Amino acid sequence: MTTEVITPEEIIKKGKIVFEKTKLMTDCTLSYCPGCGHGVAHRLVMEVVDEMGIGDNTIGVAPVGCSVLAYEFMNIDIQQAAHGRAPAVATGIKRVFPEKYVFTYQGDGDLAAIGTSETIHACNRGENIVIIFINNGIYGMTGGQMAPTTLPGMKSSTSPYGRVVESMGYPLKITEMVATLPGVAYATRQAVHTAKLVTKTKKAIIKAFQNQKDKKGTSIIEIVANCNSGWKMTPVESNKWLDENMLAYFPLGDIKK
Amino acid sequence: MEEVKLMKGNEAMAEAAIRAGVDAYFGYPITPQSEVIEYLMHEEPFKRTGMVVLQAESELAAINMVYGAAACGKKAMTSSSSPGISLKLEGISYMAGAELPCLIANVMRGGPGLGTIQPGQSDYFQAVKGGGHGDYNLIVLAPSTVQEMADFVDLGFDLAFKYRNPVMILSDGAIGQMMEKVILPEQKERLSNEEIIKHYGNWATTGKPESRESNIITSLDLKPELQEIHNQHLQNKFKTAEKNEVRYEQIQCEDADYILVAYGTSARISQKVVQLGREKGLKIGLLRPITLWPFPKKIISELADHAKGFLSVEMSAGQMVEDVLLAVEGKVPVAHFGRMGGMIASPSEVLDAVEKEINKI
Amino acid sequence: MPKVRGAVVIDIEACKGCDLCVVACPFDVLKLDTQVNAKGYNPAIPFNHDACTGCKICALVCPDICITVYQYKPEKV
Repeated sequence: MTTEVITPEEIIKKGKIVFEKTKLMTDCTLSYCPGCGHGVAHRLVMEVVDEMGIGDNTIGVAPVGCSVLAYEFMNIDIQQAAHGRAPAVATGIKRVFPEKYVFTYQGDGDLAAIGTSETIHACNRGENIVIIFINNGIYGMTGGQMAPTTLPGMKSSTSPYGRVVESMGYPLKITEMVATLPGVAYATRQAVHTAKLVTKTKKAIIKAFQNQKDKKGTSIIEIVANCNSGWKMTPVESNKWLDENMLAYFPLGDIKK
Repeated sequence: MEEVKLMKGNEAMAEAAIRAGVDAYFGYPITPQSEVIEYLMHEEPFKRTGMVVLQAESELAAINMVYGAAACGKKAMTSSSSPGISLKLEGISYMAGAELPCLIANVMRGGPGLGTIQPGQSDYFQAVKGGGHGDYNLIVLAPSTVQEMADFVDLGFDLAFKYRNPVMILSDGAIGQMMEKVILPEQKERLSNEEIIKHYGNWATTGKPESRESNIITSLDLKPELQEIHNQHLQNKFKTAEKNEVRYEQIQCEDADYILVAYGTSARISQKVVQLGREKGLKIGLLRPITLWPFPKKIISELADHAKGFLSVEMSAGQMVEDVLLAVEGKVPVAHFGRMGGMIASPSEVLDAVEKEINKI
Repeated sequence: MPKVRGAVVIDIEACKGCDLCVVACPFDVLKLDTQVNAKGYNPAIPFNHDACTGCKICALVCPDICITVYQYKPEKV
């Protein structure tokens, strides 16, 4: 007994699609650097929105930073907020549209430096929104400056000899901070640099949107991601470095569930 | 139905907001306008009309909540006083860039810095020359009575939606705090999403159905050619507003050979000055701009053809006087009289200044 | 040869040649092409076709969402 001999073309013709780009991602080529984790994070959010059937009922808020152009890639209604103000903008949306789904998509500089106040207070009010927080330890868009999440000793263009914690402070674990607030229903830290972690992150995003549906309060999902350009590494090297260094300081898992 | 009440200016504005069918108010306490949010929280319009009222953690957050709600096509407003408006300017610039309608009230106090909690008019430049970054204008309404504090809410939103641009009510601590009789308008219904689309077009983020392209609210365009086109479009709107939206009041200007120009509290004082001056035989009149932007340039220019001079009366070191000078086009002398730091001029000291200026001519 | 067969279709022009799928693939199905696409990147391409199971790992880690994965269970003959 032998197995049918079959070419890739026949597999495509006869087989079924087990993975394809969600229709909630536009056809625009992503503006991110090769290997950047933003693309996967974008896809996961849009897949969840698509699979929950809420695309026509969802409003996103894009930040200032690398993902400022998220609205070109996510095929839903989106508002672009001033730097750090996305949680306040999302509050305004959610208060006038309590039955719609609202999420922010922010980087570490946006959410944990200039927008710290808006983040903490939106969480403290228990705004019924989802916050997607991409932590890559650096300001990518502006060219690799030190972020609130830059690791001790880590080099950036504004900490060229490494982050000196005595004068520059420590990396901010803002997800742990907001997890202490009663308004926060779910706080978790995930990553997207392996297939297994991507699957886990998607489950976390599903849970966050489900929380919003159930009116449970704020859900924040931190995604520790690479910034190979900012870190001055190849994509593959940056994922290895992330695994060995970033995750030591920012351990993965649920902080509050 | 209409209702006559004795109210503070701040309260009248708050009640008028409920009656205008405003969807959301976001604010942060600051003297002398805290009565706005206090009144709203006390009235609980969320029960009366479904209007959202939320105390934000800062003026920055409040204006960005307005951004979020306004971008949903809703009537959203905020109010503050001078230092708080400085914080809101970032959001105001973004809203002008993103073409979002909203209403912002500035109940001015004396500055700069923390200044004082007493009335001032030293935020004129900030209000009419842009204030935030980039090329934009606000439509600026200047109430001089408690009645106008109420009336300008509905008018402000009409203009904001007509031009898809932020509108500012530029008041001051005296108008905000004083009590006067006010005729409150009838309750307007808040608009449904369908009515908003019907009235104002389908541009807001309401959730994208498959039948349309996604609605995107942004002030960003990285391509300079497109950003210039966008700026040109904004400028065209401002030109239309300059043509159509100038509002002012003339008080005894017909036969006047000397004209005072004043708005807000200074206009109230100047009205008394006109009366006192007329009693002394001085043929003086008052031009009260109601829109500070667009500024009533044309009427001032026309008045300058007959009057011998102008005096800009302001609670500032001389800000509106620059626009009066431009409008007069050098035809006759233009002077300024101002008090600062929260001081309100007395009619007699303004009259002294008028007589001094007339004698110089 | 795997019992379940897979095939990947890569949008060559959207691929930025980041290499993440190539490294992630447990069966060494993919490699970076020596040819460049219009943007000048060496895109990923499948070359070890028979090893593909359609496990989706490449697509899950692809930051540019340019991989479509097909799966087919061949009949015994």
